[in-house]
Amino acid sequence: MDSDLKREIILDNYSHPFHKDTEGTDGYIKVNSNNESCIDNIDLYLKIEDNIIKDIRFDGEACAISTSSTSIMIKNLIGKSIEEALNYIANFEAMLDEREYEDTDFNEAIVFDETYKQGNRKTCVTLPYVGIKKAIKEYLEEHKAIDKDS
Amino acid sequence: MNREDFPMLDQDIIYFDNGATTFKPKCVIEAMNEYYTKYSANAHRGDYDISYKVDVAYENARKNVARFINADVEEIVFTSGATDSLNRIVNGFFANLLEAGDEVLITLSEHASNVLPWFNLAKKNGILVNYIELDTNLHVTINNVLKAISPRTKVISLAGITNVVGDERPIKEICKLAHERGIFVVVDGAQSVPHTKTDVKDLDCDFLAFSAHKMMGPTGVGVLYGKKELLLNMEVISLGGGMNESFDNIDEVYLKEVPQRFEAGTQNIAGVIGLSKAIDYIESVGIDNINLHETKLKKYFIEKIKDVKHVHVINSECDSGIIAFTVDDVFAQDVAYYLNKYHICVRAGNHCAKILKNAIGVKNTVRVSLYIYNTESEIDRLVSLLADKEKIIREMI
Repeated sequence: MDSDLKREIILDNYSHPFHKDTEGTDGYIKVNSNNESCIDNIDLYLKIEDNIIKDIRFDGEACAISTSSTSIMIKNLIGKSIEEALNYIANFEAMLDEREYEDTDFNEAIVFDETYKQGNRKTCVTLPYVGIKKAIKEYLEEHKAIDKDS
Repeated sequence: MNREDFPMLDQDIIYFDNGATTFKPKCVIEAMNEYYTKYSANAHRGDYDISYKVDVAYENARKNVARFINADVEEIVFTSGATDSLNRIVNGFFANLLEAGDEVLITLSEHASNVLPWFNLAKKNGILVNYIELDTNLHVTINNVLKAISPRTKVISLAGITNVVGDERPIKEICKLAHERGIFVVVDGAQSVPHTKTDVKDLDCDFLAFSAHKMMGPTGVGVLYGKKELLLNMEVISLGGGMNESFDNIDEVYLKEVPQRFEAGTQNIAGVIGLSKAIDYIESVGIDNINLHETKLKKYFIEKIKDVKHVHVINSECDSGIIAFTVDDVFAQDVAYYLNKYHICVRAGNHCAKILKNAIGVKNTVRVSLYIYNTESEIDRLVSLLADKEKIIREMI
């Protein structure tokens, strides 16, 4: 993908971020994700039903890269099962780390395939992923507890 | 001015993050190198020439620091930096003095190192941490200090100059009214000592903390100033070699005098020597000249940026070398990334004063903090890069 198109996609997701609203998120799992090294700070809201990610929303303040990365992540993860989501995240992180990866429906997320060249921006891209992994973990732990109870 | 003295400026770089740390002049680097290459021994330990030379250099540095801030030499404790100094002041002195319900007054624009140690003490000892209200310019006024003081107030702990908006606090007046009421005053001098004349006797502050690296000295060394009678009552938190006279058993431990008893273990000798040289350097330029240069540059920026309607300076009225601004529709971090593409180093964020963001109205700002080596042409470059908003948005990612 040429760099102009990448820039256009990033800026579009920044100016019109997907699901940057938190209306009707009662009962969602809420997690905060912030970069210690900079000022990005977002809250993510996750709804999982029957092992499927039904909805993700977010709000907060973050730079263009973080905001667009969050917007794109949300578009890609809704509808995926937890296993598919974790597989997607693992491959996406492998791409950022310059390791071998499989394009598991990256769609727009491919705009970040050269982020490794700008070390200081990697944490911007990964910000929502840190948060969503935390949220999924929380869901799984809660679920395990419920399974044990029943 | 004096740009040729700074090896870092040989690079194609415009450095506007002097509130974070400063570049070092050659003489500071050389003084430290000389210690490592010509007389690299421990202090207070050896009976041989080069160790004696270290002793002399180390204690001369203490004298130099004392003279620089008009303290007595026994009132200067070397630490690892302003943060370390403040933590020792809180945990070594005030933790033993304050009781549950006693009040410490700070403000919302303090650096984390003048907030978190107090928060921690509040959790442990049940002291109260309350805030002196800031005026609309985020300044501390005497009236607001008086308003905040209660019968429970025991300490006022403030930065001399804040790292966010660069306002200079009326420390001398605060010390006077505090002492009339039996209140201690702690000054975080990290942003003030490098830029303005500091005279602890004239200010009459009880404690002062500052770092070498923000005044062209090395990282990892700083100063804790305390009035002698207070240091005599400060608890020694760190014990070991170099700070004891002798010890035989648990009941017979004899410590050195103040201030050496607060310097356990091998100290940052090269750092202390570097700090002393940095003080010499500042004095060779003249601290008033440094201050004048910074404020002149700040005014120059404000004048130039006036016509750039999408840039808003939030601290125009402060007479220091710190400029905080926002750019319409562009997140501060993105402004910093954009400027970095042109090798301009600025800081984005809340500048370690995280509790301020609720008070300031704008959550995040871009901070330009100036020092002696910055120039008008560097400001021109910055203004021209900020002038075109479309370019910023196009190039920020």
